[in-house]
Amino acid sequence: MNALYPDGSAEGGPTAVEVSGLGRRYHRGWALKNCSFRIPAGRICALVGPNGAGKTTLMSLVAQLLAPTEGSVRVFGHPLGDLAVRGRIGFVAQDKPLYPGFTVAETLRLGRELNRSWDQAKAESVVAQGKVPLTARIGTLSGGQRTRVSMALALGAMPDLLILDEPMSDLDPLARHQLMGLLMSEAAERGITVLMSSHVIAELEDSCDYLVLLSEGGVLLAGDIEEILAAHQLLVGDDGAEAPAPDRVVELNRTGRQITALVRTDGRAPAGWEVNHPTLEEVLLAHLRSGAVPALLTAEARPADRTVAA
Amino acid sequence: MVVEVLDYRIDRRSGVATYLQIVQQTEHALRLGLLRPGDRLPTAKEVVAATAVNPNTVLKAYRELERRGLVAPRPGLGTFVLRSLAHQEAAADSPLRAELADWASRARSAGLGRDDVEALVASVVDEEYQARPQGGAQAQEGNQ
Repeated sequence: MNALYPDGSAEGGPTAVEVSGLGRRYHRGWALKNCSFRIPAGRICALVGPNGAGKTTLMSLVAQLLAPTEGSVRVFGHPLGDLAVRGRIGFVAQDKPLYPGFTVAETLRLGRELNRSWDQAKAESVVAQGKVPLTARIGTLSGGQRTRVSMALALGAMPDLLILDEPMSDLDPLARHQLMGLLMSEAAERGITVLMSSHVIAELEDSCDYLVLLSEGGVLLAGDIEEILAAHQLLVGDDGAEAPAPDRVVELNRTGRQITALVRTDGRAPAGWEVNHPTLEEVLLAHLRSGAVPALLTAEARPADRTVAA
Repeated sequence: MVVEVLDYRIDRRSGVATYLQIVQQTEHALRLGLLRPGDRLPTAKEVVAATAVNPNTVLKAYRELERRGLVAPRPGLGTFVLRSLAHQEAAADSPLRAELADWASRARSAGLGRDDVEALVASVVDEEYQARPQGGAQAQEGNQ
């Protein structure tokens, strides 16, 4: 089902995105520093992190709209600036830049003229599903309708990698569900890779199968969501329980006599603890609150380059 | 025959893995006779368009149904139901059902409310199936 890419790199199938030692500095300091991870082709990857973690910077770097200060980005095996890969990347920015004076139909025509490959029927169906009239001017549309036109432009260009910055933030629940369904059917049909950022973890959990967690410009977690979940345990016990190795503890809370600890598993059940499986939200929040544990990259999330510092 | 009746409902809060919800709902449809041998399951694309779940999750569910011997993929055509889970004894016109309907009506005239009846039935079912486990895989599943 997944599309095959000619580069055939690394273990775990072809690579869509590979980022190595990536950093970007603005006037006020580093927005992103020493980021390394890999996204295999065909995965739906959530990019999660608090405000100011560097999500938009990372997405702009991968979309090749911004040059890195240091490190490298490869998309489908091609280095930055390679024109061969430009047309294979679709990017929907957070502020959805469109020409306000154009009608919806004119905007789609622009997409058709500017892209080497274009699926007019697909673009029109995305717009039609949201009942956005083709004759309406962009300037008169609501935020959600403009999101839909942006998605129509992005999907019409038939990208192999689709990057979406906070795509659902101004959509009502029905439109969210429809657009997610649309994205997932694109993934099922064409095997596209999606990288999308969001604050709403619950909304990503069913649709995404891959995750990159950013905090303060660095990667905390990267890899298959099920693998990341399986790598953590939620322990409940008291002082009598065997203390987990300090380097495995992500977060430890004490309430009266009860101790709750979110830890990285080492493949055995620690003595004296009740072992629970944490939810994705629990794992992410514990990492964001503590930030003191070493980054965890699953095997398929490690870039092939040797310049990795995790 | 293409089946339109199978509408997967994914409950994020249930604590049951999404692929398992798809497996269970398919089995449920097989038990009720809504799905019959020869029927085609919806394609992964159809399921994800309606539910917005990840396509790999749907494929994993279908592989699990295949492993349980309930469905088989035919390349290029889709995934088809191989066998039914419906018991004739549970059909709408079966004697077992008639007896149960009779019992329910007596319970009602004895003054039992809906909750009382459901609790009573659940406890008898628990007793019966814990005492003599049988057809294990099917009986355990609902409680995961």
